[in-house]
Amino acid sequence: MDELIKYAPDLLRGFLHNVQLSVVCAILSLVLGTVLVSMRVSPTPVLRAAGTTYINVVRNTPLTLVLAFSALGLSDTLGLTFSQEPSSNAFWLVSLGLSVYTASFVCEALRSGINTVSLGQAEAARAIGLTFFQSLRMIILPQAFRVVVAPLGSVMIAMIKNTTVAMAGGYLAESAFVMKDTFDTTGASIPIFLGIVVAFMVVTLPIGFFTSWLANRLAVVR
Amino acid sequence: MTENGDKTPLVVLDDVNKHFGSLHVLRDINLTISRGEVLVVIGPSGGGKSTLCRTINRLETIDQGTITFDGQPLAVEGKTLAKLRSEVGMVFQSFNLFAHKTILENVTLGPIKVRGIAKAEAEKRGMELLERVGIGAQASKYPAQLSGGQQQRVAIARALAMDPKMILFDEPTSALDPEMVQEVLDVMIGLAQEGMTMMVVTHEMGFARRAANRVVFMAEGQIVEENTPEEFFTNAQTDRAKDFLSKILTH
Repeated sequence: MDELIKYAPDLLRGFLHNVQLSVVCAILSLVLGTVLVSMRVSPTPVLRAAGTTYINVVRNTPLTLVLAFSALGLSDTLGLTFSQEPSSNAFWLVSLGLSVYTASFVCEALRSGINTVSLGQAEAARAIGLTFFQSLRMIILPQAFRVVVAPLGSVMIAMIKNTTVAMAGGYLAESAFVMKDTFDTTGASIPIFLGIVVAFMVVTLPIGFFTSWLANRLAVVR
Repeated sequence: MTENGDKTPLVVLDDVNKHFGSLHVLRDINLTISRGEVLVVIGPSGGGKSTLCRTINRLETIDQGTITFDGQPLAVEGKTLAKLRSEVGMVFQSFNLFAHKTILENVTLGPIKVRGIAKAEAEKRGMELLERVGIGAQASKYPAQLSGGQQQRVAIARALAMDPKMILFDEPTSALDPEMVQEVLDVMIGLAQEGMTMMVVTHEMGFARRAANRVVFMAEGQIVEENTPEEFFTNAQTDRAKDFLSKILTH
């Protein structure tokens, strides 16, 4: 217990990096996932094919490889830099990798939601003269989102926990890295380990409860 | 119903053919709908009536032939197609009201987003239309809170809100409980009397007799017979039509 108290400030600082990553990736992955699902259901074959290829490649690549690719491939080899400050640069590279990865799951959750919206809704939208993207945005997606609030919550929880893989992308600040670093000096410590688990649960459990509650509240009566 | 409209053609279908896989659902359809005309399409299930109706606003594509609407060939895609659809109202068998929007929002969405009408103006007009179909009091409810007959009347108001040049009705009363059929038909008869161009796929013979200018009988993807309602119901010319009528008029 003593080591947990001693290293708590460091661990907490690390955990705040997990939270920062989570917030950025939640926004980016939801936006990108929505764009991807629009491509996947669009009437244009090229967009559909591009969306499908993206999902099949990214969703089936291990996250550590996606993050290693953003650090080594995008940054070191291709020269993509977000910031001159290495830690900040790594933060954005990891955010990019994790968002790109999570977006594929957001997309597929949304697509299953779209499949629950009856075809008649889209036909009625087209019949009053809405274009494809208007009907997607105003009629289909709002109903699809409501159906998949709970599964999207699960995707977000998985993403939050995945922030602990950030060191694979060269971002050496978040709590799992701090824990590993601490263990190197103090040896493995069960209280530290459990402390981090509890910290994650403090964030993820409410998300689970909130999204379940929201799913019930938003359910569209048909 | 007496003669309606100025008889200039609004919709012209010329040698239209369509297949669903190996099924030939529309065979050499030639049909002209005049402005102000109320055309009723009847016939056995699977005869191609709904498909025909849906080709006019291109919810179904066609394989061969041409369809012109208001002098223009049907647009194939994009904004011009959306514009065509905004000029052709459609009322579906299953209502298809937007489930996550209120009744008033259902009626105002098209005018606001497609026509670019100001929200306040669209709502004023929307309320007038809802009053007209007798649903004014339900404007802030959601579709699932309304009965089928009420929902279908909202669907008609939604079509009317776009000031369409014609309205397609695809079996508008087939999904309704029997006691709700008449309230929808009454609204449709009112529209017919005001001179709205209408194409109505229906099994409601009473409506056809009261409101239609012309009846088209379809079977196996072909137009088998077309005539005035009176002539068609009392003196059908083809065996196929006589056979159909004998089945539906005896009970």
